[in-house]
Amino acid sequence: MFYLGGFIVGGRLSADSSALCSGSKWHVRLVGRSGGPNVTSRIGSDYPYRSVGLQEMKMLYARQGSESDEKSAMLLKAQADFLESSTSYYAPEWSFPPASGNLRYGTLPREAVCTENITPWLKLLPCQDKAGISTLLDRPSIYRGFYLSQRLHLTLTGSGYEGMDLSIILEKTLTVVLQPNSQRASLVRDSEKHIQPSWSLSSIFGNQVGGKCVLAETSNVYLLLDRDRIFIEESSLLSKNSSVLYKFEVEKYSESEPFDLGLTWKILVVWLCQQAPLHASRFLMGSGNERGAIAISLKSTQTTEGFMGAHSNDERCELRVDVFQVVPWYVKVYFHSLQVFVDQQPKAVSDIIEKIHVSPSKDKVSPGVMELVLKLPCSVSSTALTIEFDKGFLHIDEYPPDANQVFDIPSTIVSFPNFHASMVFLENHSLNKSPLLSKFQEKSHVMSYTEVLLVPLTTPDFSMPYNVITITCTVFALYFGSLLNALRTRVTEEESFLKDKGSIIFIIFIHHPTISEEFWFERKLKGDHNQPPQTKFVMVCCQENWSATSAAVKVVGKDNR
Amino acid sequence: MEKLKKKIGSISFWKWVIASVIFRLILIYFPQNLNLSSRPEVSTPLTSFRRLAEGYWLKQSSMSPYAGSMYHGSPLLLLLLGPLTVKRIEGQPNHILYSLVSVIADLVSAMLIRATGQNLQLAYLRTLGSLDLVKQIEGSEIHPSGDVAALIYLCNPFTIVACVGLSTSPIENMAVILCLYGACSRLIPLAAFGWVIATHLSLYPAILIIPVIFLLGRGPDAPPWKLFLQRHQQNGMLNQSKLPPGFSWGPIIRFAFWSLVWSVYVLVLCGISLKQFGGLWEMFKSTYGFILTVEDLSPNIGVLWYFFAEVFEFFRSFFLIVFHVNILFMILPLAIRLHHRPCYLAFVYVAIFSMLKSYPSVGDSALYLGLLGWFVNEFSDMQFSLFLFCGYVGVSLLSPVMHNLWIWRGTGNANFYFATAMVYACLQIVLVVEGVSAMLNHERKLRRLITGKTQDSKSGLLSDSSP
Repeated sequence: MFYLGGFIVGGRLSADSSALCSGSKWHVRLVGRSGGPNVTSRIGSDYPYRSVGLQEMKMLYARQGSESDEKSAMLLKAQADFLESSTSYYAPEWSFPPASGNLRYGTLPREAVCTENITPWLKLLPCQDKAGISTLLDRPSIYRGFYLSQRLHLTLTGSGYEGMDLSIILEKTLTVVLQPNSQRASLVRDSEKHIQPSWSLSSIFGNQVGGKCVLAETSNVYLLLDRDRIFIEESSLLSKNSSVLYKFEVEKYSESEPFDLGLTWKILVVWLCQQAPLHASRFLMGSGNERGAIAISLKSTQTTEGFMGAHSNDERCELRVDVFQVVPWYVKVYFHSLQVFVDQQPKAVSDIIEKIHVSPSKDKVSPGVMELVLKLPCSVSSTALTIEFDKGFLHIDEYPPDANQVFDIPSTIVSFPNFHASMVFLENHSLNKSPLLSKFQEKSHVMSYTEVLLVPLTTPDFSMPYNVITITCTVFALYFGSLLNALRTRVTEEESFLKDKGSIIFIIFIHHPTISEEFWFERKLKGDHNQPPQTKFVMVCCQENWSATSAAVKVVGKDNR
Repeated sequence: MEKLKKKIGSISFWKWVIASVIFRLILIYFPQNLNLSSRPEVSTPLTSFRRLAEGYWLKQSSMSPYAGSMYHGSPLLLLLLGPLTVKRIEGQPNHILYSLVSVIADLVSAMLIRATGQNLQLAYLRTLGSLDLVKQIEGSEIHPSGDVAALIYLCNPFTIVACVGLSTSPIENMAVILCLYGACSRLIPLAAFGWVIATHLSLYPAILIIPVIFLLGRGPDAPPWKLFLQRHQQNGMLNQSKLPPGFSWGPIIRFAFWSLVWSVYVLVLCGISLKQFGGLWEMFKSTYGFILTVEDLSPNIGVLWYFFAEVFEFFRSFFLIVFHVNILFMILPLAIRLHHRPCYLAFVYVAIFSMLKSYPSVGDSALYLGLLGWFVNEFSDMQFSLFLFCGYVGVSLLSPVMHNLWIWRGTGNANFYFATAMVYACLQIVLVVEGVSAMLNHERKLRRLITGKTQDSKSGLLSDSSP
């Protein structure tokens, strides 16, 4: 199944289509859900290689039958490839409650805005972008938006080590935030300038949906409207928080009669989504490229009081906040430097942090993960966490092509387990069939994603490797050569002294000139004009013809006295 | 008169010692302003105080201190110094206890250096006596080398910075000095303990086993037999009592035994403290393995970090081997040439490995500069000493500037900082080479004195016989 979740300013639009591709032994189900900017792969609890990660999963894939290999290869090529490197995925312990421990989670904090990024993602869809709802994914209009996030969620189900019942569920989510073309809307009526612009699918995407993809089981477009704001007159029967959902079945339309959907506003509507009790933001502290600190600041939002009111009956009203922070290995975090400030007052870490799980980063192997459970008093207006880090230095090959472009730290996920983001719809059995809607109705925590941090790292000089290698080796050669030379040298005077005075027999090679003369000459140079020493040499030649063994003369210094 | 002079000397010595300690204490009270503990010159990945604190924190939260790539020191240091990283006294600067431990370590090292230096000087004078050279030497002034060395060690800005910067190098240096002191004063268990601990803490002092063996086998100063033979040949008779003692194997065997005992003891202690976190293998991997593979490429005053940041990946292992073998290659030639002066040999070894080690810091330089003081008499006519002094001063001023330009202001370039590291390496090379030459020249001078004497006596004989 594939869902396109769209937030259109002044209305919320969801669409889904589903497909089931079956092979002889297994099947791929593609499921998607609009959500955060991440790629998740969830591996079933009974999967034998669950701790090993995606690489193993890919191998398992390859071992399964051959028909659908093309699909699987594409799947893993598309966006999961980067997860193979252990530096980019991690196993959170308890930040994603249903799948603790078995989850591999990885994000790419920054991707270039480029149609090549979405093409492999679209290729996983059964009809690609040729038919069905996905025809709406016109690249220029998508990339014009404020926000774009692609997400894969892989779940391995079945007992399937033997390959019988193994299936992998792939949920694909594309979240875009677009602004309707307001100029065109304003042209229509000048008096309605101040209300939100009207829009239609064709005006936003520049495309219309001409029927569903043949492989899709269902293909629906949902339109969600905030009930109490718009249909106040009808709302008496419904609970306050529920919304109105319109469902459009794309299969009813065809090429000749394409599906289009539009809203024309008459009144000003402020659309409110479920808001987190605390607004999370994150920033860097410090300057320079040596060290710094990450600060996560949580500020209470105005609506919080309402939520707090519900809890304040308890004796100690506490707000639980889970923080999940991942840092790449080149940001070396000192976990002991964690500090907590509540309402600008420093607090003891143990007072605020109920649980902490840390997995420190290993250089070039794994990123650092920090999971915190904070217990904050309900009356809190601001909280800040700071943690210091050193910036690592990479090998020149590890820098991206544009090294002075900063590095990104994936966003922190701050979740509030006491608050649920589920939507409440009218009990309607026909609606509940849709996996998209059942997903929306599932009880899930309110999560907020902070902004991506940009960390500038120091760069070495990339043009210098040869210079550095040669200069360093020269210095080493200098050390080795000069020290060895200093050790080896014997002053000639010393030698001649030994020749002259030593009583020990030693060997002089035969090509020496007359030793006494040389000695005399040296002494003359030093201003010693005494008589040459009256040495007498006893030359012992072993053979007349100077064979190798006899190429030496034994000189026996004679005692002078 | 002599005694009075000595007394005055010792009083001024103690004055300097107290002054240096007070200076340290003053600096300790302003640690935040100086921020020395995160300077790359002071804290390497091995000696960094913050990493020690992180290791202790990890251990306290029941994780292996070696989880992640933060801590690379010994588990024993964690046990001893770890608690000091978190203890705070109200109204006092943070880490005051830890700083006091560093100051005490420095003081103890200085005292041991002094005692060893005095020991060495006595041995040297005894040798001169046995060679009948005392009269010739008397003309030139003999400095009290022990005091000089201790003061150089204490007042050296490098030592002070390493001490105030909360690095662990004062402790490592103390272990090395303990080893040399024990060997000089023939306290074999102490020597073995120092050697084992120094090796355990920073691996490189392992090569000090060679000077220690010579020290134990033959004493701190044993001129070559040849000299004696020459000397006594001239005198006509061999005075057996004046001959230096031969090489004795007894102390060495005892040293080996004690080293074994201490290493087993240290390993057992480490094993116990790391029992639940992967045991000794993980310790070796993240201490010695980390030293030998130069994984951390953060800048320091050595040259290897930039080299390995730039070198092509497939040459990496080759160059790792080459650079480490460079240390090992020099062991043998130096041992052959300087075996009769084991303390000097130890100094040269220390200088070489502090120059070529993978993560050098100023604390290592402080050690060999302190040991240099032992040989102040021999070095009195060393070449380039002014040049070297100016070079050291220049580099220690320029290097922080270049680092600041590169890291903090972003106006400089890695090459500038690397260039100062290069110059520093060259200076140390010149120091080692010139030091060795100076020592060899000193030996030559002694020899010349002997020959000069014989020459005199001979000429006297000749003049007697000629008329």
